[in-house]
Amino acid sequence: MTPATFQQKILIVIAMMIGTMITRFLPFLLFPAGKETPKFVNYLGKTLPFATMALLVVYCLKNVSMIHAPHGLPELLAILLIVILHRWKSNSLLSIGAGTVFYMVLVQVIFK
Amino acid sequence: MEERMAEFRYALPRTIPVFVGYLFLGAAYGILMSVNGFGIGWTFAASVFVFAGSLQYLGVTMLATAVNPLVAFVMSLMLNARHLFYGISMLGKYGQVKKRKAYLIFGLTDETFSVVCHEQIPPRLDQDLVYFWITLLDQCYWILGSVLGAIVGSLLTFDTTGLDFALTALFAVIFVEQWKQKEGHKPAVIGLLASAVCLLIWGADAFIIPAMVLIFGILAFDYKKEEKKMESEEQI
Repeated sequence: MTPATFQQKILIVIAMMIGTMITRFLPFLLFPAGKETPKFVNYLGKTLPFATMALLVVYCLKNVSMIHAPHGLPELLAILLIVILHRWKSNSLLSIGAGTVFYMVLVQVIFK
Repeated sequence: MEERMAEFRYALPRTIPVFVGYLFLGAAYGILMSVNGFGIGWTFAASVFVFAGSLQYLGVTMLATAVNPLVAFVMSLMLNARHLFYGISMLGKYGQVKKRKAYLIFGLTDETFSVVCHEQIPPRLDQDLVYFWITLLDQCYWILGSVLGAIVGSLLTFDTTGLDFALTALFAVIFVEQWKQKEGHKPAVIGLLASAVCLLIWGADAFIIPAMVLIFGILAFDYKKEEKKMESEEQI
């Protein structure tokens, strides 16, 4: 992994800014008040957020090796805790906080 | 001046829940940036100019691994695609705004949307100004939280190995949250399988773009199929 140069980092931040602004401004540019939104756009709006979140979970876990020890066990256990905790308490900050601390303990103390 | 303060006094209490949330989430972001070697300057710049929570979290990883800016751009579009629908929902309210409209649209985050979308502002107040205060206050909370986090992060002396998992945790929580809506199951499974398959084929460094294309392709195919079904039902 090569560390980013200053220029690269600036470009990444600008790319994030432009991408975000497009998603926020596009509706106001494309659909002036009163104009109907195309069905396909509505459909994407209903489905894309779900698919994207799944993609991002996989993206975060992309460097976890199933073959080499600890075989993705810390990630699996921490995600399990998060899912159970979140279904039980529905408190985002609690789920994220407890899941992260649990994972840190796992990788620092148990699966060294 | 007294007249102007009325809008501010109306906006402030409505943003308190966002204040609490942004302070914590912002601080966690600042800490993550800091332990990955990005100081207050980067955190501040991202919170001012990007101002999109989950994308900024993802940005920590993208900055640290020096992804291609094009990948960062496409990621931003995909992760923030939901904003399109906040925008569409706000066409009516923001369509009539005359002053500082561009800033209101720029700052339409999930949280700001959740505050303004149901807001019925009393007619005695200047609507544009109330929206402006809500948006500006929310962004100030986000900047404050993230800068505080960056300061805390630079003072941390304990072993932060594994702290990056906060990002995975955030997305996992959003995923569980979304899973409560039944109509989201199908696209969620499509996203999960398509990403996993592409990861196996292209590997960790190159799977993201093929995965995006595949997800989009399957969703578009599914849409066509649904559309045909609807048409044939209409004919009957």
